[in-house]
Amino acid sequence: MADLQNQHPTVMEPYDLIIVGGGPAGMTAAIYGARAKMRTLLIEKAKHGGQAATTEEVENWPGSGKTTGPELMKQFREHTEHLGVEMIKEDVARVDLKGEIKVIETRKGNRYEGRAVILSPGAHPRTLGVKGEGPLRGKGVSYCATCDADFFTELDVVVVGSGDAAVEESLYLTKFCESVTMIVLHPEGTMDANKASQERAYANPKIKYVWQSAIEEIKGDGIVESVVLKHLGTGDLTEMPTNGVFVFIGTVPNTEFLKDTGLALDSRGYMLADSETMATNLDGVFAAGDARQKWLRQIVTAASDGAIAACAAEKYLAEEEHLRHEVLEPKEPVLAVFWSPASKESLDVLGWAEQANTAAGGTFKLARIDLYKSARLAQRYGVTQVPSVLLFMNGEVVDRLEGNFDDFTHWITEKTVTAAK
Amino acid sequence: MLEVNKETFEAEVLQAKGAVAVDWWSPQCEPCKELMPEVEVMAGKYGSTIKFCKVNVIENRRLALGNKVLGLPTFLFFKDGQKVAELAGPEACTPEAIEAELKKLA
Ligand SMILES: Cc1cc2nc3c(=O)[nH]c(=O)nc-3n(C[C@H](O)[C@H](O)[C@H](O)COP(=O)(O)OP(=O)(O)OC[C@H]3O[C@@H](n4cnc5c(N)ncnc54)[C@H](O)[C@@H]3O)c2cc1C
Repeated sequence: MADLQNQHPTVMEPYDLIIVGGGPAGMTAAIYGARAKMRTLLIEKAKHGGQAATTEEVENWPGSGKTTGPELMKQFREHTEHLGVEMIKEDVARVDLKGEIKVIETRKGNRYEGRAVILSPGAHPRTLGVKGEGPLRGKGVSYCATCDADFFTELDVVVVGSGDAAVEESLYLTKFCESVTMIVLHPEGTMDANKASQERAYANPKIKYVWQSAIEEIKGDGIVESVVLKHLGTGDLTEMPTNGVFVFIGTVPNTEFLKDTGLALDSRGYMLADSETMATNLDGVFAAGDARQKWLRQIVTAASDGAIAACAAEKYLAEEEHLRHEVLEPKEPVLAVFWSPASKESLDVLGWAEQANTAAGGTFKLARIDLYKSARLAQRYGVTQVPSVLLFMNGEVVDRLEGNFDDFTHWITEKTVTAAK
Repeated sequence: MLEVNKETFEAEVLQAKGAVAVDWWSPQCEPCKELMPEVEVMAGKYGSTIKFCKVNVIENRRLALGNKVLGLPTFLFFKDGQKVAELAGPEACTPEAIEAELKKLA
């Protein structure tokens, strides 16, 4: 493996789209990307399917009835592969997302370039942060029921948390364990999980509860032997023997590698993106899935994010292509008219610009830009109203006219004279 | 990689002279299966100095518990029958961490 680490950085034409993270969000983005004929690269560091591949029972993926996480994610993966998406197994360590060409660097030292990027790195389980948790990890402390349930056949375990994942995984554990005791922060009868899951838990005789309590410490010599529980009302400490501790108290976004890259993150590290288009604060960079600040974190919403992000990326690339072709690359001066079908004045300006240009012998190349369809582009050039006219030379804005168009013909004649020199 | 079980563990690992790496896995453990191809590559690379074994914990639960293996994936490293290092849990068992232990062991 050492020789792999010394591979030369790859030099090649940038990808249209690079997706970081191959969970349900990333794979869905890849499917949409490939179908839109974008040259797509999907980078996943571990197992395709992410968190969804670590849960046994999935009962809310439409159309599948009752399925398992690994099975569903296998189908996602096969679908993605079938469409010819290029997939590589590497851990993204550094990114440079600010330029027109985005650079993605992996821990192995390989470098990939793309014109658009979708970030879908998902999340990992939050740890309790109590004494004993670290040393006893993999020694009875677990964050993955499907991985470890078998060890606890006919043994007693505790589950920390009361959300959907905690309740669902508790139900799964009862198939193996003698007893599953849920440690719940809230007073008796209150859990964060949805009602249907709660009712199934209450109906299961193997599940017991310790209410209004938190774990203070996990004890054991080499393997878990007991937990110290603190009652949040009285402050009383009690020690409870157990063989295993399963922790499902939420997740932390995998966005460490995105800190200080200019990408906007919230105080907890979640990526901030427009909930309508998945666009981040950086041009050509989109966020999808659990690592995004959002209201519902599920497979179906991760997939939804991925689909939107890929379509938004496609639109972004088309706009960029259009901009390059029509505005930035022509050798002749370009008169870019920002217009909108709703503004009569802007339609007039389009007409005047055409006439004036013809009269001047076609000095300019005219570019029509619909303000609302190209809002991002307008923002980039500081255009806030229609009509607005920007004069580009060799890709740079050299002059602009906004607001008052009474003297437009005069202005344009003057520009024709300057351009001719 | 040599598949060992509760009957052969003693002879193949504990009585073995030199270095042995043991990969504890189960068919239900997705991270374990994901790791397997990379471990196979390492087995090819370090196979001349280190013996590579794997144990399916589903069929050898008592053996796992006896070795204090209570989470997957877990890697145990032995030298002359003595446990010298251990990596437990999916966060600890990265290909890089495993290779680092192998280098120390070889
Ligand atoms: C125990 C549990 C049970 C659940 N049960 C359900 C359920 O029944 N139904 C449901 O709808 N949802 C369920 N969920 C939630 C669901 O799994 C998530 O909402 C979904 O997986 C999020 O998808 P994602 O693609 O955003 O992120 P993830 O699934 O987290 O995938 C992200 C991927 O990105 C990779 N990655 C991260 N960083 C990098 C990097 N730097 N370089 C390369 N790759 C990287 C990771 O390895 C991972 O594979 C459950 C979650 C848990 C934890």
